[in-house]
Amino acid sequence: MAQTERRRDAPELPDFSLLKRVARDQLIFLLEQLPGSKDLFIDADLMSPLDRIANVTILKQHEVDKLYKVELKQVVSTSDQLCFLIRPRIQTVKWISDLVNSDKAAGRFRRYKIIFTPQKFYACDNILEEQGVYGDITTDEWNFYILPLDDDILSLELPEFFRDNFLEGDQRWVTTGGSALYLLQNMYGSFSKVYGIGRCAKMVYESWREQMEDGEKRIKQPEFAKVFLIDRDVDFVTPLCSQVVYEGLVDDIFRIKCSSVEFGPDVTSSDKSIKVMLNSQDKVFNEIRNEHFSNVFGFLSQKAKNLQTAYDKRRGMDIQQMKTFVADELKGLKQEHRLLSLHIGASESMMKKKTKQDFQELLKTEHSLLEGFEIRACIAYIQEHISRQVSMIDSLRLLCLLSLTENGLLSKDYRSLKSQFLQSYGIHHLLTFANLRQLGLLVEQQSGETLTVMESKVGKLVNDKTVGKLTDAFSSLAKKSNFRALSRKLALVPKSGEEYDLRVPRDMAYIFSGAYIPLSCKLIEQVLERDGWTGLEEVTRMLNGQEFAGSAGGHSSDAQRIILVMFLGGCTYSEISALRFLGKERGCRFIVVTTAITNSARLLEALLENRA
Amino acid sequence: MAFVTANWNPLGDAFYRKIELYEMTWNLRDGLKDCLKNGMIAAAPYGGPIALLRLPQQRSPSTRPQLEIYSSSGLALASFPWKSGEVKQLGWTVSDELLCVQEDGTVLVYDLFGSFKRHFSMGNEVSQSRVLETKIFHSPYGTGVAILTGASRFILASNIEDVKPRRLAELLGLQGAPTCWAVLSQDRQSKVLVSNGSNLYILDNATCTSVTPPGLSPQASSVIHMCVSFSYKYLALLTDSGHVWMGTSNLKEKLSEVDTNIKTPPKQMAWCQRPKSQQPSVVIMWDGLLLVVGECKETIQYHLDEDCLLVPELDGIRIINKTHHELLQEVPDACEEIFKIASMAPGALLLEAYKEYEKKSQKSDEYLREITEQNLLGEAVKQCVEAAGHEHEPETQKTLMRAASFGKCFLSSFPPEPFVSMCRDLRVLNAVRDYTVGMPLTHSQFKQMTLQILIDRLVYRKFYPLAIEICRYLKIPEYQGVSRVLKHWACYKVQQKGESDEVIAKAMSAKLADAAGISYSEIATTAYDSGRTELAIKLLDHEPRSGEQVPLLLKMKKSPLALSKAIESGDTDLVYTVVMYLKNELNRGDFFMMLRNQPVALSLYRQFCKHQEQETLKDLYNQDDDHQELGNYYVKASYKEPRLEARIGLLQSAVDEFYKAKNEFAAKATEEEMRLLRFQRKLEEEKGEPLVGFSLHDTITALLSVGLHKHAEQLYKDFKVPDKRYWWLKLKALAEKGDWEELEKFAKSKKSPIGYLPFVEVCIKHHSKYEAKKYVSRVTPEQKVKAHLAVGDLESATEAAIERRNESEISAVLSRCSANTDQALMERLNRAKATAVKK
Repeated sequence: MAQTERRRDAPELPDFSLLKRVARDQLIFLLEQLPGSKDLFIDADLMSPLDRIANVTILKQHEVDKLYKVELKQVVSTSDQLCFLIRPRIQTVKWISDLVNSDKAAGRFRRYKIIFTPQKFYACDNILEEQGVYGDITTDEWNFYILPLDDDILSLELPEFFRDNFLEGDQRWVTTGGSALYLLQNMYGSFSKVYGIGRCAKMVYESWREQMEDGEKRIKQPEFAKVFLIDRDVDFVTPLCSQVVYEGLVDDIFRIKCSSVEFGPDVTSSDKSIKVMLNSQDKVFNEIRNEHFSNVFGFLSQKAKNLQTAYDKRRGMDIQQMKTFVADELKGLKQEHRLLSLHIGASESMMKKKTKQDFQELLKTEHSLLEGFEIRACIAYIQEHISRQVSMIDSLRLLCLLSLTENGLLSKDYRSLKSQFLQSYGIHHLLTFANLRQLGLLVEQQSGETLTVMESKVGKLVNDKTVGKLTDAFSSLAKKSNFRALSRKLALVPKSGEEYDLRVPRDMAYIFSGAYIPLSCKLIEQVLERDGWTGLEEVTRMLNGQEFAGSAGGHSSDAQRIILVMFLGGCTYSEISALRFLGKERGCRFIVVTTAITNSARLLEALLENRA
Repeated sequence: MAFVTANWNPLGDAFYRKIELYEMTWNLRDGLKDCLKNGMIAAAPYGGPIALLRLPQQRSPSTRPQLEIYSSSGLALASFPWKSGEVKQLGWTVSDELLCVQEDGTVLVYDLFGSFKRHFSMGNEVSQSRVLETKIFHSPYGTGVAILTGASRFILASNIEDVKPRRLAELLGLQGAPTCWAVLSQDRQSKVLVSNGSNLYILDNATCTSVTPPGLSPQASSVIHMCVSFSYKYLALLTDSGHVWMGTSNLKEKLSEVDTNIKTPPKQMAWCQRPKSQQPSVVIMWDGLLLVVGECKETIQYHLDEDCLLVPELDGIRIINKTHHELLQEVPDACEEIFKIASMAPGALLLEAYKEYEKKSQKSDEYLREITEQNLLGEAVKQCVEAAGHEHEPETQKTLMRAASFGKCFLSSFPPEPFVSMCRDLRVLNAVRDYTVGMPLTHSQFKQMTLQILIDRLVYRKFYPLAIEICRYLKIPEYQGVSRVLKHWACYKVQQKGESDEVIAKAMSAKLADAAGISYSEIATTAYDSGRTELAIKLLDHEPRSGEQVPLLLKMKKSPLALSKAIESGDTDLVYTVVMYLKNELNRGDFFMMLRNQPVALSLYRQFCKHQEQETLKDLYNQDDDHQELGNYYVKASYKEPRLEARIGLLQSAVDEFYKAKNEFAAKATEEEMRLLRFQRKLEEEKGEPLVGFSLHDTITALLSVGLHKHAEQLYKDFKVPDKRYWWLKLKALAEKGDWEELEKFAKSKKSPIGYLPFVEVCIKHHSKYEAKKYVSRVTPEQKVKAHLAVGDLESATEAAIERRNESEISAVLSRCSANTDQALMERLNRAKATAVKK
């Protein structure tokens, strides 16, 4: 079993529930700024995070009368006080201003308060001002930067970070990232070393450093030894692969939301859906979350047998023993029973989907792509996949994987695959392709010349100072995903032909059935091993440079072996599993800070253009 | 040393002492008489400055009164002719700002150096009925102004920083000015206590309440003077019978009453009580006489040669006259214990011991023994340290501190902090008491005021070097200390008109270079406000935080610079600020031009436009000749267009743009889409099937599913749909529909490009084994086994597999065998497998 007990000398993790308490207290304080009963409107994607911080009862205690979801529609509330808890998005603010204006026109007087989280943007104020309602609304900021999803997962819950930052070139969330780190540092002590790679990572680091310089300096025993910042666009291959580790698979199929998942009737084997929290509190889940899916069933059935034996103990007990059994064990067993049956249900449902021919072939194709083996056959498979309309997102995913691993598509393939895709899924994906191209996810192989021409053309347009920045911005456009070379250099793809026993994982490749070690995690491992980027020059060159290392002011103490990894643009559960594995091997613990939990579907959906 | 008690006077259990603070350096030939008479003098508490308004000698209309401001030691700070209206009252705010209340109710605010800061009015009512009398008071909210109008109404503003004049209730029957009045602070509200005739009234917002102080002597018929203590806790009333009543300011409790035997109205009366003192005491001043009144019958009398001004302080009273500045206070306990004649307090003994020690006399030991025997040495040291704090003479301070230090030698565990901090405090206090600075603070006042405020006041008085010295000496963190002082210095410096930008900038960088946390933007703002834009820009270059630079740059209309600074900062919000500002400031063309040179700003603005102004977005792309994006824009716009013609029109524009962008692929794709749309519409009209908006694939599927095979075929040909796709599509569509007949026809129409295995599988998927079997025979040999397995024909599968001698296929068949299958079959398979493996 991969899930061996963690090494005894592994450090304890800090208590992150403190973050929730702080956030809750601040929210309550803000709610009390608007005394009296009020209706609360909440951004749809803030609902689940809010639920983790303050449930309905707490909100009601602070005179929240009714709760509504922000739907950008007409409002039916009758309350005289409206409070909005929203992300600083232009659209939402516009909607609120319209609401205020229509109230005004109807001669209705209400009090309005907007609580922006995690921060307010100038653009929001600007809209309020332009719409002429600036004076009618009070605004506040709820600095809720981090939601602890689990003992070792902290999330900023900002799925839009990915699109805004990498696609739209809008860097407004950078400071949020910096603030989150600053908050962690303030509450849990400083870091000794910082490493990072990627343009955004660098900016976040700068922003964090600035805040550090501005703010009060508190000397605290450091709780984290090192921090590693990584941009999502450093490694697109990993999140685009199908996940086969239990937790990742659950996310791919059922979509985990704020570490809670809704299992439908096919899992619960009743007619109701059940919402389940998936975290380390769930004993059963905790043992299988990092397992390769092929092991899960065996484990669960073993567990079921154990449970049965535990139940069977009752037989032959006398009254006294029975009494203690009921008092001490039964409840735990019942609970375990419930969870076990849920996970068995989930596994069965997944089995049904995943052991089908299609899925096996899909995996085979993915692995071939990663290995760079039988590419023509892969293209043929993708073509068939598209023409059979199997799944739009999956088709897109395979196209991107193909482009990433092959350093772009040949012109002929590029055109024919794209036009087939358009025939299958509609013309509007022309825009999707434009986006994918911009990110370098799906590109045509280009001869060196065209690039230089373009760069020099761009260069002429701008003055010297910004030239550097601009070429950065355009580099993604021209980014060569030297995947093949990287994979050789870092030995990401184990030699084929070797048997890989998934029960006894050798390395992080087990999360992809032994076919591929995730680039992101491998980079982290290498940098931590070398204590810097020395010796990785060639690798970073292929990744477009942008690496950095620095000290973060904290004292270095080797006893602290907690390492913070921040993913800018999201990370997958598979990557988290890989890092957990790495931590176990090295006797350290990883804490993952991510802008959001992502997977291939979320990543690609973020790049579609809404038809609406 | 011997004369420490020379200026002490006993009153009841306590002693009072009068200490000379300064010999005034001012030169007032005609003394204070005139000013005092008219209320044209005011001194700020906490050793603050003194303001005088001196009326001209000859009363001619051309000469104007002179406003003069002096430090507590009499150094002139400002002097200028008074050009505004008639002043009724001068007063100081808590933050050392001078208030001049004019007759029309306008209040002018000046700073310490006589520069005008602002003015405010006490409302229309006051300006109409004029000001009769005014009192300036300090409430918990700040400094307040109370006015008695010509119409005998009281108007009150509790905080001049936020002027909200309130009119108090009317006192019926009051005409002209009452005998006397004072402002009280009760229940966090400012009220007025008025003595009119034989009665006392308290006025607040709504009511006028008549009050009687408890235990007022019966001889008294009216109150002729009153005063409130520094803390607003106590009140003293002087009656026409010459009695002084002292009590709490809520008039609930009497503390004492003393008969002065003087029945003339006094010039001034003030509380002179130390905090925590047991004895209430009030100082009353008549012409040439100063009386200290306490609990007992006796009083202390001082004779005055000059006209004086009494300035109440936290722990005493300052007396200012033409030549001198004195402090009158109750002798603090520690001083009394030590210096009282024949005192046997431990502190006194320790001081004696120390003196003997200095004389190298063995008596020192005796004294010391006496203290240690009672185990009071710690107490003794404490007393000496405390007393040193209350002494003004550095020599006395030193002696006491030395005595304390001497005593400390014999103590093993005496905490050093009180001693050390007292040494530091004294050094600071002595420095600010110097007449060049002129802030005669006592130790208690200093503690009350806090060090922060003291530094603020030094800065305000422009004693920058001293402030910095103090900060360094007391090791105040740079942020709150040196850096802050330097910032103020710099702000002052940039306002100096005489010096060139270069000189100032140089001086700045020399002084501020290593100071942490200097806000250059604040300095630059000051520079800009005093009209030195160039200097401001120079200074801003030093500002590390772009968030601070940008707003000022915008204010100075240096937008390009602001924009590039904002972008450098990487703070998107800041960039936004600038972009939005520019959008409103510049004309469109210039604005776009500027954005063009700043890609980051441009992409941000595009984001904004995507949500807010679609049209602008188009213009932006147009200006940049970004045909690709324009094409995308039109494609996007086309979705939102409900009318088909318009939609096709937009797509046509997209096609044009795509061609211009040399993106033939997109152009072709869009053209096809237009063709498809037209086709869809035509069919919709003809057949009534909803088709518009479907992808090509979905359209064909839809057509097939309703049996429009011809049309589907047409699309297939027109749009050059790959054969494979078409076959898959049709296969699935027909199977879905269950149109097996058509499917069979289709299968036979020509050789399938996707082979026949899919036919088998799709049929099985739709649960029609019968149909599936029809196609098994046509499947290629390589896929035969799979096909047989798909329809569940194990035997045929076995045959095929064995025939092909393919190991993996044989295994595949085997894996489908179960216990129920024919044993012979399995045996054959196993055998065949063995031979296959051998090969």
